Amino acid sequence: MEGLLGFAILVGFNLAGVWLHNTLHIPLPGNVLGLVLFLAALSLKVIRLEWVERSAQYLLKHMLLFFIPYVVGIIAFFPVLQAHWFSIFVGIGGSTLAVLYVTGLVAKKLQSTDHNEPVTNKLGKGEAA
Amino acid sequence: MNAADLFQKIWFGLTITVVVYVAARALQQRIQWMHPMIVSAGVLISFLLISGLPLQQYKEGADLLSLLLGPATIALGVPIYKHRQHIKEQFRAVMLSITCGSIVGVASVSAIMFSFSGGKDIAMSMLPKSVSSPIAVEIAKSLGAVPELAAVFTVFTGIVGALVGTAFLRKLGIRDEVSLGIALGTAAHGFGTAKCLADSEKQGTFSGLAMGLMGVITSALFAVLFLII
Repeated sequence: MEGLLGFAILVGFNLAGVWLHNTLHIPLPGNVLGLVLFLAALSLKVIRLEWVERSAQYLLKHMLLFFIPYVVGIIAFFPVLQAHWFSIFVGIGGSTLAVLYVTGLVAKKLQSTDHNEPVTNKLGKGEAA
Repeated sequence: MNAADLFQKIWFGLTITVVVYVAARALQQRIQWMHPMIVSAGVLISFLLISGLPLQQYKEGADLLSLLLGPATIALGVPIYKHRQHIKEQFRAVMLSITCGSIVGVASVSAIMFSFSGGKDIAMSMLPKSVSSPIAVEIAKSLGAVPELAAVFTVFTGIVGALVGTAFLRKLGIRDEVSLGIALGTAAHGFGTAKCLADSEKQGTFSGLAMGLMGVITSALFAVLFLII
């Protein structure tokens, strides 16, 4: 039961977010509004972490699965991708490195110092997760 | 009933997606670099091209799975809530670095893509590329961009970030776990977080947190842009 209760809560908040988006025309995506409501409910202890933790972890673990249909959908856009592969390559590569660097730099400069110990484990091989 | 009839059932797209995904995860247990997302998509795309099953028919069933991206987004609240203590301790560093990352992401894509003057659809669909996938797709829809392209760009971004992110940042002198985690989660969402978790739990924690906050902050950024324009 515990798993299904969590699932019911998660789909409930999603629906609430979508409903808010549609009725009040708030310019945030419905699922993001649902996420904000959900965080508020957790903080106010209306929802307890134990109720949702397992379902949430399960959904997050398998998020890739839910995403596959979209990726397969690129079949319809092969010609577009082929025509613009170079700008796509430069755009994604360049922008991703820029975001990594700026975010990392700002995080490093603004941290309170006690968290600033160097990494000592097996980093830096650049292997894929 | 012949094979063609079977293809027409709404169950077919859903079933084949789940089966291929489970097999791809099992494969990754043996060969670690075979990412289940890439393998699954590759197998399914090849299958559709070879079998001649129309994309529309596949999607009819498979899209039911995508509905679960909604509750999966809500589920991002759990890691954020669990690590609220970290947010409090490092509030300024966490919020400002992710906000800067979000702005740099949108600005750099605009600058690069519009300087190539390639298709507007492509540029618009690339704007939310660093955001966790379910939110990126929603942002793309609200921008009038192409959700499928946004999905693919998001996956490419995740792969690039997870593959080179840690080494790249360490070369530039960013070596502490908090900064690495935040940067990879912000730039490369779930793929970056998976990479961080493989390196250390602390890094993974900050990365997961950054991934969730990046989705909220970027959505808010677009909402503000909409109000201004």
